Amino acid sequence: MTTQAVDQIFVTIKHWLVFHSPGVIQPAVSLLLSVLPLLIIFPSLFAVTTVLERKGLGRMQNRYGPNRVGPYGFLQPLADGIKALIKEDIVPIGADKLVHFLAPLLLVMTAFLEYAVIPVGRNMVVADMDSALVFFFAAGAAMEVSIFMAGWGSRNKYSLLGAMRAVAQMISYEAPLILSSIAVVMIAGSLSTTTIVERQSGFWGVWPYHWYVFTPWGMAGFILFMIAATAESNRSPFDLPEAESEIIAGYFTEYSGFKFALFFLGEYLGMFAISGLAVTLFLGGWAAPLSFLTFIPSWIWFFAKLMALIAGFIWIRGTLPRLRMDQLMNFAWKFMLPMTLVVIFSAGIWRFMPSGVVRWVVCAIPIVLLYVLLGRALMGGRKLEKRTYRFAE
Amino acid sequence: MTVPFLILAAITLAGAVAAMTLRKLVHCALALAVSLVGLAGLYLDLGAQFVGLAQVLVYVGAVVILIVFAILLTRGDEPPSPRVGRAVGGVVISACVFAVLAWAIVSGGAAQGASAASLAPISDIGHAMMSRYILPLEVVGLLLTAALIGAVVIAMEEKRRTK
Repeated sequence: MTTQAVDQIFVTIKHWLVFHSPGVIQPAVSLLLSVLPLLIIFPSLFAVTTVLERKGLGRMQNRYGPNRVGPYGFLQPLADGIKALIKEDIVPIGADKLVHFLAPLLLVMTAFLEYAVIPVGRNMVVADMDSALVFFFAAGAAMEVSIFMAGWGSRNKYSLLGAMRAVAQMISYEAPLILSSIAVVMIAGSLSTTTIVERQSGFWGVWPYHWYVFTPWGMAGFILFMIAATAESNRSPFDLPEAESEIIAGYFTEYSGFKFALFFLGEYLGMFAISGLAVTLFLGGWAAPLSFLTFIPSWIWFFAKLMALIAGFIWIRGTLPRLRMDQLMNFAWKFMLPMTLVVIFSAGIWRFMPSGVVRWVVCAIPIVLLYVLLGRALMGGRKLEKRTYRFAE
Repeated sequence: MTVPFLILAAITLAGAVAAMTLRKLVHCALALAVSLVGLAGLYLDLGAQFVGLAQVLVYVGAVVILIVFAILLTRGDEPPSPRVGRAVGGVVISACVFAVLAWAIVSGGAAQGASAASLAPISDIGHAMMSRYILPLEVVGLLLTAALIGAVVIAMEEKRRTK
């Protein structure tokens, strides 16, 4: 009973506050109390993540990372924030003033919109709508427009190149992103994120048997989804739009001070949102991973899973080098797209076969087969060898 | 006429007017995006959630981006000099389109029924698509798949030729 009370503590507080406010403003109070926590929590998470990322990357590159401001350097984002605020805000003389000004605002706004449909705990979602998944991807589509606005409005060739790269990349990877989540929609039979989480609840013994990641199509779909999500949030190894060694900083080259910070914020908010969606679609949402761990509140589980995925993002960033543009496009259209299509096919078989080991094997066969065949065809007979450096060694 | 409707209609109209009158083509495309978002808001206001969101996803996410790409990849954003003949043709065509739409709306008479039906949950839309409208859905699906495969094949061909 007490565990349930702790689980629902935020919902209870909200209901109590709404109940004790005057009748006329009750809807407004309810809205505010739903939205405000998201506006506080996720930017704070952004601050913490920047430190963790810089420290993690530092360790991977055999250095310390930030360790001067505050205990263990954890007040670094505060210092960075103050620096961004008091810096001069420079707008290029040839820039399109209005478009240049609106782009970062639109980016952060659309990033925040995406959180409206992500359940961060039991009964904790801002807008529990029928077509929540469509809402999420629609908000993501608006993000592309804001990135283009930033690149074009700056009137700088590097910005424009970066924006073109970003938009081309986001369109290319949006197809596998949406297609891999369609498999989940097919099995769950709903576009509503809360229903998708409900469908994955329940345990088999102590194991979370119904999580979609533990099915052959779900596992493949999850991996494809995360790859596409990395590309959507413009993170390494898909960070060509802001490749600093080629085009300075891409679409936000001409932004300084707080607007630059807004772009930074928008990028991380996008990453959190899409990781939250991955948790919702494949990892059981806010559900506990083992049946005897259900006493821990649901919102802690959601954020634990979210941070685990973020850790994966940071690890990948510290490990893989940046792709080339043609490799990027080939990977999206020749590998990711066929793989997501076969994942949908496999999910269709899964839907209509009786459960058991046979179903698992039958559904895994097309995915593995296509992976092997496609991998061989795309390698084109080349062999991977240890690269020898002529001048560096 | 409710307040949300008036606000959304104003946004849609302002966007459309700006899309026609602004000098720079990219500005026009962005104004068109505003107009399309306003239209999506109107759908949502009517309770047609899926249509409204699909409107944003398809028109803002794909069509506007396509227009912008076309502008950037073809020529500079200098506007062409206006010609009288072109303007007259445009006026005639838009008058015809407006007449047809107005006639369809006035003679349709199903406006009340339609607003009730648009509140249908998304599962109903899905069931209708999978049963009554299965043939059009399949045809569209086949067309899109063919387009998708065609795009990949074209990209592969180009690669082979350059080698």
